[in-house]
Amino acid sequence: MSWIWFHKLASPPHGYRIAGSLAAWFGWPAFILIIAGLYGGLVLAPADYQQGDAFRIVYVHAPSAWLSMFIYGTMAVAAAVGLVWRIKLAHAVAAASAPVGASFTFLALVTGAIWGKPMWGTWWVWDARLTSELLLLFLYAGVMALRASIDDRDRADRASAVLAIVGIVNLPIIHYSVYWWNTLHQESTLTKIGKPSMAGEMLWPLLVMLLGFTLYYGAVLMVRLRAEILRRERDASWLRTGAGS
Amino acid sequence: MTATPLLSAAALIYRRDLLLAVRHWGQAAQPLMFFAMVTTLFPLALGPNLDDLREIAGGILWVAALLASLIGVELLFRADHADGTLEQMMVSGQPLAMLALAKGAAHWTVCGLPLVLISPLIASGLGVPSAAICTLMLSIGLGTGILSALGAIGSALTLGLRRGSLLLSLLVLPLAMPALIFGARAIDMAIHGESARGPLLLLTAMLMLAVTLAPPAVAAALRISAE
Amino acid sequence: MNEFFAMGGYAAFVWPCFLLAAIVLVWNVVAARRLLNAAQNRVLRSIDTGKGRR
Repeated sequence: MSWIWFHKLASPPHGYRIAGSLAAWFGWPAFILIIAGLYGGLVLAPADYQQGDAFRIVYVHAPSAWLSMFIYGTMAVAAAVGLVWRIKLAHAVAAASAPVGASFTFLALVTGAIWGKPMWGTWWVWDARLTSELLLLFLYAGVMALRASIDDRDRADRASAVLAIVGIVNLPIIHYSVYWWNTLHQESTLTKIGKPSMAGEMLWPLLVMLLGFTLYYGAVLMVRLRAEILRRERDASWLRTGAGS
Repeated sequence: MTATPLLSAAALIYRRDLLLAVRHWGQAAQPLMFFAMVTTLFPLALGPNLDDLREIAGGILWVAALLASLIGVELLFRADHADGTLEQMMVSGQPLAMLALAKGAAHWTVCGLPLVLISPLIASGLGVPSAAICTLMLSIGLGTGILSALGAIGSALTLGLRRGSLLLSLLVLPLAMPALIFGARAIDMAIHGESARGPLLLLTAMLMLAVTLAPPAVAAALRISAE
Repeated sequence: MNEFFAMGGYAAFVWPCFLLAAIVLVWNVVAARRLLNAAQNRVLRSIDTGKGRR
């Protein structure tokens, strides 16, 4: 089996060009899907029986929470690929993904907390999922802080890769522990966020938003990746021979 | 010249680290003093009522042990890195993961074990009944073991960095939270007379996982940091 | 229309969430493009200064 295509992909000038076109291929569908999802969620979907119109927050909260975890997973996989096969581009993907993932973790946390206020009466509840998101934010912060503290780019790449992998191994343990911890200390049965029984008209906007957000991440990643490639390849000759616009 | 068998090499490292710690016992005692001081902060802050303190004793003891372990772990590789011993270990031909395991074990013996031994004394100051002491020591023992392993990873990653100790804490604390949840819960259950077998078994499982997976991660991190 | 904005009384919670989401989505795009522009400019500048040597 010829792995040439794989290594071609990993070569920076190719990666740079491909990322350029992929950005548009991801970006425009993402934009359309998000607009459609917003319309479906805010206008078309009926109000929830228990939570009223407040449940509509799910249309931004759930996609953010999904992205926060999906991006961490992508980052960890890219980090592993970079470590094992020593592919610089993979490290670039990991580096580019971290801030994006952190921003969505933050969004998931804040929207979750805001949603909690009318439902539970306080701005913060140690709900299992919110607490998990908080710990995820700490994990992101750690990876970004480590990368920022190391001047040598190669060492920074590999160190944050190890940390990202350690983090992803820990993630299931953290999820389980926090869930267990929360059920233990819960005094009353609280309405769980995100679990109104979803009728079809409520569900499809959510799926559309999930897909839209994911494609959006793809687009942003491509743009950041191009910047990363340029930064890392600063002195390479292929830049001078007019790589893509 | 015959190569040193792996276990002898590991034992050598273990003994050496213990010896060094004994010689610099002032430094080795710092985590212990920190543990004692932090646990004293809480009665001072919350009032001397033992009944109140007993309710949160599990949490206090565990958080204090966690923070004390972080203090101790930063020095794990620093001295060896500074004087070139670490490089010697890396080119020695012995599996670096095993040597890391030996160093980790020595570190636990010097930093973690004293915490376990002093915990009954500290705990009685927080109103913990003597029936809970056994669980307490087990919980702290397993927990500090997990923390030594996690801390070793963090220490290896941040080797030689400016403000490495603060960064180290930021990296290790989120990873340590599951152990904290179950460790504190175990003590809590024992205080209330329930059997803490569940959380203790989970802690044991986490320790097994840590002892198996951390040494290779530490070895990888050491190579990354020291090259 | 007013009913839509009132969001069944939950407007104070719903709209800030969507606003924040919009900010995050826009920020990510803007930041990414700014990074790319800066990187591209740096490369162009280094090519220009290098041209004299060739």
